[in-house]
Amino acid sequence: MKENLPALVARAAELCRDWRLPSVRAWKQRTGGLAIGYLPVYVPREVFHAQGALAVGLTGAGDDLEIIKGDAFYQSYICHLPRSTIELGLNGSLDCLDGIVFPATCDVIRNLSGVWRMQFPQKMSRYLDVPQNFEREMGGAFYRHELEDIAREVHERGGKQLEAETLRASIRAYNENRRLVRALFALRRNEPWKLPTAELYVVLRAGLVLPVEEHTQLLRDYRDLALLDAERRPMDQARVVLTGSFCEQPPLGLIKTLERAGCYIVDDDFVPVLRWLKGDVSEQGDPLANLVAAFLEDAIDSPVRYCGDGTKGQDLVRRVEESKAEGVLFCAPSFCDPALLDQPMAQAALDGRGIPWTSFKYAENTGQFQVIREQAGTFADSIKLWSEA
Amino acid sequence: MSVTTRKPPAEKSAKDDSQLRQKEMIARHYSRLARAPETGEKNVYTFVPGNLTELLRSFDLLPVLPEINALQSGMRGKSGDYIALAEKLGHSEDVCTYVKCDIGMLKSGNVGPTGERLPKPDLLLLSYTGCFTFMKWFELLKQEYDCPVVMLHVPYQADGRITESMRTYVSTQIRKKLIPALEQVSGRKYDEDRLKECLQRSAQAEEDLVWVLQSAKNRPSPIDAWFGAVYYVGPIFSAFRGTEEAVEYYRALRAEIAERVAQKLGPVTPDGLLTEEKYRLVVEGPPNWTSFREFWRMFAEEGAVVVASTYTKVGGTYDFGFRHDADRPIETMAEYCMGCYTNLDLQTRVGILERYVKEYAADGLLVNSVKSCNSFSAGQLAMLREVESRTGRPAGFIESDLVDPRYFSAANIKNRLESFLQMIAQKRGGPA
Ligand code: SF4
Ligand code: SF4
Repeated sequence: MKENLPALVARAAELCRDWRLPSVRAWKQRTGGLAIGYLPVYVPREVFHAQGALAVGLTGAGDDLEIIKGDAFYQSYICHLPRSTIELGLNGSLDCLDGIVFPATCDVIRNLSGVWRMQFPQKMSRYLDVPQNFEREMGGAFYRHELEDIAREVHERGGKQLEAETLRASIRAYNENRRLVRALFALRRNEPWKLPTAELYVVLRAGLVLPVEEHTQLLRDYRDLALLDAERRPMDQARVVLTGSFCEQPPLGLIKTLERAGCYIVDDDFVPVLRWLKGDVSEQGDPLANLVAAFLEDAIDSPVRYCGDGTKGQDLVRRVEESKAEGVLFCAPSFCDPALLDQPMAQAALDGRGIPWTSFKYAENTGQFQVIREQAGTFADSIKLWSEA
Repeated sequence: MSVTTRKPPAEKSAKDDSQLRQKEMIARHYSRLARAPETGEKNVYTFVPGNLTELLRSFDLLPVLPEINALQSGMRGKSGDYIALAEKLGHSEDVCTYVKCDIGMLKSGNVGPTGERLPKPDLLLLSYTGCFTFMKWFELLKQEYDCPVVMLHVPYQADGRITESMRTYVSTQIRKKLIPALEQVSGRKYDEDRLKECLQRSAQAEEDLVWVLQSAKNRPSPIDAWFGAVYYVGPIFSAFRGTEEAVEYYRALRAEIAERVAQKLGPVTPDGLLTEEKYRLVVEGPPNWTSFREFWRMFAEEGAVVVASTYTKVGGTYDFGFRHDADRPIETMAEYCMGCYTNLDLQTRVGILERYVKEYAADGLLVNSVKSCNSFSAGQLAMLREVESRTGRPAGFIESDLVDPRYFSAANIKNRLESFLQMIAQKRGGPA
């Protein structure tokens, strides 16, 4: 019998909430494969998949874990993510991982790779430098070398040798996943009451720990069940794009609070690894070259990606327009340099188009949402007033 | 508390000469920049870590370093207002204050440290070395100026080494992106012979700088390798590496310090000559600029001398042998960029600190953690513990900021410094 919607969402929520990674442990027992953790925001999961390894996305510990030792590693003015990651390492939660990849996201994650190595010298710990030059002969050549090198390291640790045919199959599997993610985003844009973000979020986030094939099935089931639910009807909510939450994730309670405060989140930055590559990666020809080309030429705009010839904020404006949003919520982790330094540029672009916005900060373990609820509620009300005026 | 300083001798001290000369050089540079709109000289804004001054100079382009402007604003008491203005304009209180200080300065008329207006950039050279914030900083500036931007992405030495792929990546960007852009801006052809001459001069200056920094191995140390050394690294980190002026400056500086070594003199502090070296410290992290002299004085009053620091390696790590190599002009610049301190992985940083503590016979390690700078600060507590356990010498921790005066709490820093020094004294078995 098929799972019902509440059960599916509860299962997904449990998968994201349980930082002891029980599903990863079970997968390892079942398959004997390697599990490779990775920090936000992007790693080429296709490569690990082709090597028979499970890529496991790490996003800290949410609001469930009391940080005791992690705080001794980080000053108060550094975001929360690295301290909870260290805490998880020290309390054994991440023991099931055979290695961790630290992508070049920001100075905090970069330096966390070093702290991790000092703390856990016996584990594979790999920094993945991603190019900020997007020309194939420069950034492309460098990135390809990084991918080959990381694949070699995974192979040395017991993963399969990277082969073109298997990589092509992995690209196919992830393309399918990406297509469903895109479809869900499109559905939410059109009928946000059918796919509340607090639900969609956990369903997407489950993709950080599930094998891609299982996650794709989960997405499919979620879509079918959510669309079938006749009880879900439009309400008078303000349509907003939420931006800034691409790395450290807010507690689920915060997302629920925003929705309860009268916002339909019609586009967001959560769990960007699932959508980092905008379209399908070519399934023809040299698969590694295709992954590289997709990274260089078909990636989303992000505060951690150099905005070469483009104008900062234009992409946000486009997203607002495409999703017919009426306003923007800047919702970034405290002390997150990439997100917070990006904001004035994005805000200026919105101001230039007369798009209203409001901003607030969070930490993954923020427990009080009262102020945010009031702020978001007032914002939603004012948007509705303007649109009625 | 014993006061261990006295005013410098009536005749100008050798240290004063180098400091004066350095000040003059920098002032001259700023006034040359101020006159640029009339003289037609072109300029390039870029960052201290991974700065390619020789290359710019070989095109007759003048470098402008926003971090230097920010620190100068901090020292001259302007940064508080600039930061407040940037925050008023929507910048978060949480982010790097160098950026906000620069934005505030720009919005207040872009008047530089010498009171003259800085020219608009003809090119923004985003030397993306050792700090992710640089990218945001120049994305912000890009919105303010109508000029080209070149991103020079410098990969991180995550494994403590430079691979062939990294070297090729940076070299190719220099060759294929940067040099054509510099030709365009300057209207000159790339002249490799000229570049090589600059690089030769760089190596000469680097040799002398290293000698000066390593003079701190003497007892007493003739220099303060953090507070004092920020003056010494000024010319080479800013606009002068590769120039004849820099060669002369470092030659003269070396002679001055050699003289101090011969006379067994300690460093000159804000209150004069330090006559009794009671503590030898290694410092990790940048200093605070808004209360620089007050900060230094706290150390001097205790007889604490910094004998080695990592901050003085942000614009290039030369003391383990790297010199610009004129025979491999592009590759050497690539290697230079990758070798700057904040582009090194934490294990290498720990190794450097450990060596400093041991080779400079330091009593302990002090970390000044600055709120602004994740590139330095994230991970410092783990580094501190590691160095402490490897060396068996005490480590202390203080917090401040680079240019935000709100985060300089003199009482707190003084307390922590005093307890740290007491810990050292106890460990030695002597009186605190
Ligand atoms: S939340 Fe921001 S600062 Fe913290 S690790 Fe993530 S990107 Fe870096
Ligand atoms: S974060 Fe640190 S290195 Fe980067 S610009 Fe700010 S002060 Fe400089």
